[in-house]
Amino acid sequence: MSNVISAPSLTKKDFETDQDVRWCPGCGDYSILANVQKIMPELGFPREQTVFVSGIGCSSRFPYYMNTYGFHTIHGRAPAIAMGVKAANPELNVWIITGDGDGLSIGGNHLMHCLRRNADVNVIMFNNRIYGLTKGQYSPTSETGKITKSSPTGSVDFPVDPATFAIGCSASFVARSIDVDAPHLSEMIKRSAKHAGASFIEVYQNCNVFNDHAFDAFREKANRDEATIRVEHGKPLLFGKDKDKGLAIEPRTMALKVLDMAAPGAAEQVLLHDEANPTLAYMLARMPFPDFPVALGVLYCVDKPTYDATLIEQRVAAETKLGHGKLTDLLNSGNTWTVS
Amino acid sequence: MASADPQAAALDTKAAQILPGAVVRFAGDSGDGMQVTGSQFTVAAALAGNDLATFPDFPAEIRAPAGTLYGVSGFQINFAARDVFTPGDRPDVLVAMNPAALKTNLADLKPRGLLILNTSAFSKANLKKAGYEVNPIEDHSLDGYAVVAIDISKNTIAAVEESGLNKKEAERCKNFWTLGLMFWIYGRKLEPTIKWVEAKFGKRPDVVQANIAALKAGHAYGETAEISHYRYEVPPATVAPGKYRNIGGNVALAWGFVAAAELSERPVVLGAYPITPASDVLHELSRFKHFGVTTIQAEDEIAAVCLAIGASYAGAIGITTSSGPGIALKGEAIGLAIATELPLVVVNVQRGGPSTGLPTKTEQADLFQAMYGRNGEAPLCVLAAASPGDCFHIALEAVRIAVKYMTPVMILTDGYLANGAEPWLIPDVAKLPRIPVHFRTDPEGFHPFLRDEETLSRPWAIPGTPELMHRIGGIEKNYHTGHISYDPANHELMSKTRAGKIAKIADDAPELKIEVGDDSGKLLVLGWGSTYGAIREAVSRCRERGLSVSHAHLRYLNPFPKNLGEVLARFERVLVPEMNLGQLVKIIRAEFLVPAESYPKIQGMPFRIEEIEERIRHTMES
Repeated sequence: MSNVISAPSLTKKDFETDQDVRWCPGCGDYSILANVQKIMPELGFPREQTVFVSGIGCSSRFPYYMNTYGFHTIHGRAPAIAMGVKAANPELNVWIITGDGDGLSIGGNHLMHCLRRNADVNVIMFNNRIYGLTKGQYSPTSETGKITKSSPTGSVDFPVDPATFAIGCSASFVARSIDVDAPHLSEMIKRSAKHAGASFIEVYQNCNVFNDHAFDAFREKANRDEATIRVEHGKPLLFGKDKDKGLAIEPRTMALKVLDMAAPGAAEQVLLHDEANPTLAYMLARMPFPDFPVALGVLYCVDKPTYDATLIEQRVAAETKLGHGKLTDLLNSGNTWTVS
Repeated sequence: MASADPQAAALDTKAAQILPGAVVRFAGDSGDGMQVTGSQFTVAAALAGNDLATFPDFPAEIRAPAGTLYGVSGFQINFAARDVFTPGDRPDVLVAMNPAALKTNLADLKPRGLLILNTSAFSKANLKKAGYEVNPIEDHSLDGYAVVAIDISKNTIAAVEESGLNKKEAERCKNFWTLGLMFWIYGRKLEPTIKWVEAKFGKRPDVVQANIAALKAGHAYGETAEISHYRYEVPPATVAPGKYRNIGGNVALAWGFVAAAELSERPVVLGAYPITPASDVLHELSRFKHFGVTTIQAEDEIAAVCLAIGASYAGAIGITTSSGPGIALKGEAIGLAIATELPLVVVNVQRGGPSTGLPTKTEQADLFQAMYGRNGEAPLCVLAAASPGDCFHIALEAVRIAVKYMTPVMILTDGYLANGAEPWLIPDVAKLPRIPVHFRTDPEGFHPFLRDEETLSRPWAIPGTPELMHRIGGIEKNYHTGHISYDPANHELMSKTRAGKIAKIADDAPELKIEVGDDSGKLLVLGWGSTYGAIREAVSRCRERGLSVSHAHLRYLNPFPKNLGEVLARFERVLVPEMNLGQLVKIIRAEFLVPAESYPKIQGMPFRIEEIEERIRHTMES
């Protein structure tokens, strides 16, 4: 979203509704909601210019808790409805809230097309690797072998990685964060809000009822330094508590490798993050855990024309060339004849 | 329609024979340009002042293998010096460009009708493909017709020699040669077609020159002694004064939506996914960006309707166009628009079903889908256009109802209306009623389901409006607050309110009138949609024979016109012809407890007048 408008100073409270939040106690969704409500005043969009559109699932209850315009739609279709909103009024600040099932299973098609068209919307995908609202079936991001109510002998599916999917769809902004890492998540949301075009944030979100501890190995504070890498544009790809490890390319196989930064020559070998490099973004998004850390941050970000702006351009071009259409002229165009 | 065989009677004279009307069918390979030929012949008839109706019949394959029976493409026109309501039952003249076209169309040609054949296409291979063991031109099997067999290909190639086209391209001009000949037979002017050719093929001056040369050569050929017997004149029809144009159903529908944008002063956003036979509405609307029309070719049918719903939510006129299979996919989203009470127009250009069915053929079998094809109690307004030109007015009416009652409106047309065409009295834009749109801006007492007492519609409060921030969604909402509610009594109240709102539209819609015949009598023939012309003509003919029969036609299917029950009660019997296995008839029987009789036809083709006429006679005798 690029058209930041100044608004009277609002607080987090102005973005809360009078509705009881009905997520399970301890759900990661609370933290994401609190972050979004806190950031909204900082972004400076008037509440009435902001629309939250969601599909179906636990995460999709989100709009009911935001004191903006909100549309809780049907399973998987939020991106298509959000694009319709933008087509009718490109000035609006439109957010799509979805989950791994909503956005990548039933709604995978719409998400793909929303991203590749570069509609000026912000997608936040809550990835808990489980179907929560239907009480615990495996999702398209669940690991192979996952034992759930619908897969008692283990899921036979290979999972899809949301950030990889988004990069593959040519999204112009792809980031990844963690529900309980408030400062990082806030930063990602702010960056995505400022991006003109389709932005996609994958948030690892813990479902403490049906898939508790799914991300403990890198989500827990104690593990984060060693198990994650925070990527920042132009900076070396370092991780570890003392930044003692880094990422580099093995030139003969074009594969990533973990460097011991104490080793000779490591400082020259370590990669610098380049947000505009889709190949690097793809490699970072797909690093196998735990051999590699989980990449967090803005993996990919480029400028390209937005769908909404191009629609307007075409309309303006048509009006410039043909003038504003006159119905009478249209009805009387071509072959006509008069009966007296 | 011409009487039995005036064409044959004309054999004995060289002067143009004056006819009350004629039915002509062009048939050939799908690559032979029969649709272009038919369209140009139509324009000429319209410009000569005839009333007319047309219907193309083409295969689903874009380029079916040449010479095959399933690759035959046809175009029929009925033009007359009197009112015309259908493309005609049986042609007086059949132009068959190859044996397959002859084989598939001959049975329809009237006895002693004029048969124009392209002999060069009657090769051994083509005869075999069409299933002829002997060339029918030579075995006297066509003796019951007035056969004019011409080597059209050879004549065409000779005529276009100077254009420099290669032989294959030159031969492709044969449809214009044939058109020229038909223009001579019916005394039509060549100029409008010449202008059309110049505009259409402007980038290829050689093709322009060749097609015009072929057209003129075919016309000149008419002067030869061999064919000069066949020269007819169909005088202009007496029709209401005004300015006319020819219009097809899909174009009329698209123009209706353009008009709705102007009359409501709201932008139109169309979400659509390509599907036969509805794609032309998308094509047509995509030309009108300068009218405030945005078209989005969606990734699928579901996205198409969702785009329209999102656009309506944000204050535009959201429209989606499709055909039966696409409508099936949109069902859940239409339910969302019903639950959230947003304006939405859904067009179903019906085709043969189920599943892929008959994509290029016509049918009316999606009425139940329109009425009931969603989960839950999900009523919406259903309208059906009666003729190609009526599609324009139905589009306007759908938008008016959608924005006034905050509801989805389903428009039913079909392949017959979509591709058929008729002369259309061009409306005076200044006299078209405005479509008032009211956006709520007052925060006082606002909630999203606060209802208008008269219409029961909820306020249209669009994003961007200060102090009206609110949340809507597919979960049931509380009648009094608009918040989520699982309360049992509230659900019943909301369900009844949604149904009551749709029922109220009847107060705001015209009453059902008798199209033809008396207000009461022995038999009412009740139709809906594209069967209008055939029923009207059949009922008129039966009345000329003294039968007590009347015709009424439904354009409003949900809710029905307020007086439908009364109208039904005034007749001893009710007959419902439909291009399905009996859908409207079941609703009529259920709603009004009358023993209405069904006359179903489900062949992918419209009713013939004579079929309905016969059925009426049979019904009244039984």
